[in-house]
Amino acid sequence: MSEQKAPLLQMRNIKKDFFGNQVLTDINLELGAGQVLGLVGENGAGKSTLMKILFGAADIAATGGYGGDILLDGEKVSFSSPFDAIAAGIGMVHQEFSLIPGFEAEENIVLNREPKKSNLLSEIFGDRLDTLDRKAMDETAVKAIEKMGVNIDRHMVISSMPVGHKQFTEIARELSKDQLRLLILDEPTAVLTEREAEALLDSIRGMSARGISVIFITHRLQEILSVCDTVAVMRDGVLVEKVPAKQTSVQEITRWMVGRSVDDSGKGARGAAEPANENAKTVLKIEKLWVDMPGETVRNVSLEVKEGEILGIGGLAGQGKLGIPNGIMGLYEAGGRVEFEGTEIPLNSPRKCLDSAFAFVSEDRRGVGLLLDESLEWNVAFPAMQIQNKFLKNYLGGLIKWRDDNAIREVTEKYIDELKIKCTGSKQNARELSGGNQQKICLAKAFALEPRVLFVSEPTRGIDVGAKALVLDALKKFNRENGVTVVMVSSELEELRSTCDRIAIVSGGRISGILPASSSVEDFGTLMLNNVI
Amino acid sequence: MNTEKNKTTSVDWGSILRQASVPIMFIIICAVCIPISGLSANMLINEIVTRMGRNSFLILSLLIPIMAGMGLNFGMTLGAMAAEIALILVSDWQIVGIPGMVLAAIVSVPISILLGVFCGKILNEAKGREMITSYIMSFFVNGIYQLIVLYLMGSIIPIKHATIKLPRGYGIRNTVSLLGMRQKLDNLLAIKVAGVKIPVLTFIIIGLLCLFIVWFRRTKLGQDMRAVGQDMEVARDAGINVERTRIISIVMSTVLAGIGMIIYLQNMGNIATYSAHSQIGMFCIAALLVGGASVDKASIGNVFLGVILFHTMFIVAPRAGAYITGDSMIGEYFRVFVSYAVITLALIMYETNKRRMRSAAGQQLAAAQEKEEKAGKGTSEKGGDQA
Repeated sequence: MSEQKAPLLQMRNIKKDFFGNQVLTDINLELGAGQVLGLVGENGAGKSTLMKILFGAADIAATGGYGGDILLDGEKVSFSSPFDAIAAGIGMVHQEFSLIPGFEAEENIVLNREPKKSNLLSEIFGDRLDTLDRKAMDETAVKAIEKMGVNIDRHMVISSMPVGHKQFTEIARELSKDQLRLLILDEPTAVLTEREAEALLDSIRGMSARGISVIFITHRLQEILSVCDTVAVMRDGVLVEKVPAKQTSVQEITRWMVGRSVDDSGKGARGAAEPANENAKTVLKIEKLWVDMPGETVRNVSLEVKEGEILGIGGLAGQGKLGIPNGIMGLYEAGGRVEFEGTEIPLNSPRKCLDSAFAFVSEDRRGVGLLLDESLEWNVAFPAMQIQNKFLKNYLGGLIKWRDDNAIREVTEKYIDELKIKCTGSKQNARELSGGNQQKICLAKAFALEPRVLFVSEPTRGIDVGAKALVLDALKKFNRENGVTVVMVSSELEELRSTCDRIAIVSGGRISGILPASSSVEDFGTLMLNNVI
Repeated sequence: MNTEKNKTTSVDWGSILRQASVPIMFIIICAVCIPISGLSANMLINEIVTRMGRNSFLILSLLIPIMAGMGLNFGMTLGAMAAEIALILVSDWQIVGIPGMVLAAIVSVPISILLGVFCGKILNEAKGREMITSYIMSFFVNGIYQLIVLYLMGSIIPIKHATIKLPRGYGIRNTVSLLGMRQKLDNLLAIKVAGVKIPVLTFIIIGLLCLFIVWFRRTKLGQDMRAVGQDMEVARDAGINVERTRIISIVMSTVLAGIGMIIYLQNMGNIATYSAHSQIGMFCIAALLVGGASVDKASIGNVFLGVILFHTMFIVAPRAGAYITGDSMIGEYFRVFVSYAVITLALIMYETNKRRMRSAAGQQLAAAQEKEEKAGKGTSEKGGDQA
């Protein structure tokens, strides 16, 4: 590689904040032509945001742009849309497939760049009436697939393809662009089988030999080591390490990723202070659970929850931790067996779950969790009223049920008080509250059901630090004082460690291990990356 | 398009039967009704051929919006209204025969384009609810049509001939005769085969439209429409102007529907000014569905099979009804009832198929899990026992 000219890509002091919330701080990266950069970091470390900035994604500009400079070949560039980035030779393969399901691989590879032949009508009405040049399309597709080095059937319809081939189709599409110089692969191996992943790594080596630079984002550290020239580790929006791949190891990278000096492990972990009662009986038994939740597929999960404990479920995004509570509560198609105190709970039936004294605080606060345009009173009391006939006055021997507004107000005010919900009063609409206070209302709603088992999904997502502590304390208090078993799903390991007794780590849709909360961060990190898909 | 060929290796008879359930049902209805109706084969075939010439063009106009993922589109009613306005004007100008039809087509096109753009823009605001939105919009535009025909024609838009105008001096009569145009297209080049009159020229025009549609699918615009129809977000990411493509598809549909309506009305020989368009959308959509089309997939074959089956039922059901109950109105009732039933059935089937696809994904997961268990691997990954 000629070192005298400027490297292909330089990123200088990239900064980005979302409404004052700093997500990237002074990122400096350089990438030469034909080099492969491995980018790793936990969820929320800022990898995706950084790549979005590089690719000119619309939501970056919509949230106030970014700070710092991006240079291509030593020249400053500023992309206002992904199309500018593509024109400049940057390609990106996203985690979600961007393919037309009913089209053949070939049609997808040349989508909207189809070679065309003009004809009489197109002369009159414009070039959109050009006919497609199927032969030239064929040639382009064949060339791109050859370049990729992984053979796929170019005439196969996407919807009937195995998921790995879809991924390869996307990569071939990027490779078919002649101007391509830099390819961003965002967790491409997540959906691949081992052999396919191996083929992809070969393909990346091939691209690099052709002079195409690659930024490779993955959670599979072994892949990074085997294919990348450089490894960049991000944590909390900061580039913490950037080293040649040859000089590091999986253990070292894991440590950089989870960060936080190792000696604070165990501190604040609840398990250490109050060891869980080993003899507690099993209250909830999950066997061979599968859940078809898009992006959070659960495969063959067996789990036992003990009475009165707080069980944490952690893991990286997209590995299936959210699928577990959503599947049990019947929000997504699920199969397997769930037993509560020895009786089987039918799946795919939210009502049956609620009837058997389960409650669920969804991660989708605004969608599933709240009636946004109703008062706090309604939000708190509605499920209890609907499911358990609480807060109702019966007349004529139960023939007519009348809402007991006084009782509703009382209970709402009690929770507003207990959870320190900031609002103008129990009649305020839920929409007007801040995120943290909305989350507290969701909790109050679940508490009002007086459940035996409470599922809480991402209870602190998108709320500020102060509110976080309050929400977690409320959960702990509810668990301890009422003896309610809590299953808490969260992507923040620290939060799980400070709240839970035991923590199950989900990886690749399966439970990769269960550890007491006092275990070291590194142990959890290893489990998280264990069989990542 | 033979995109199906790779889908399944083994023939799935269940799903084929499900797909073809509506056509099969109609074949049975027709097979039962034909002998009861007592119609001669000659007369029956004559009627079917006439109706194929009359309706096919209109129904073909529905194919392009379906391709663009806009579903069964009642926007075609707008084109039908444009054609009626054009025909009223042309018959007032006393231009008859084929030149009159061509002129009417020329007059209808700009009106159709205008209405099509309007319709397309509104449907872009109501993505995923195109069918009901276009249906309600056809009622709204019907109001504007009535304003024009009932009040503006004769007062602002000059109408000379008293045979068209209402006696009060403005507004159009209930029926406008198209005697000068009546079956002019059908009779030109018509041939008789074994007593069956075949309107060759009409069929040639329909054939040309079919060729156009086949060709259009292979153009860039056609490919874009198919892409937009299957996944708007992906198409947008690829740089296709989704909104514009959708508007173009609706405009093409209204323009073609306008021309189709002119062919339809020349065969009828008169315009029922205030009702000719009112049910045309529903009957066309019903016919297409009877031919085996669905909300997101329709072919030229569906159009012709649909015309034949749906109209055979139209012809024989009243007579069969009259024979059985002694009341010929039963047939009229039956056709409206069946049209709505078919559309409802098609919509239900579309939704259940979608749900079936979703649960199939779940079944796949369960099967994979079972297989894995049989293979006896994955013991190390099973949690619970580790704690």
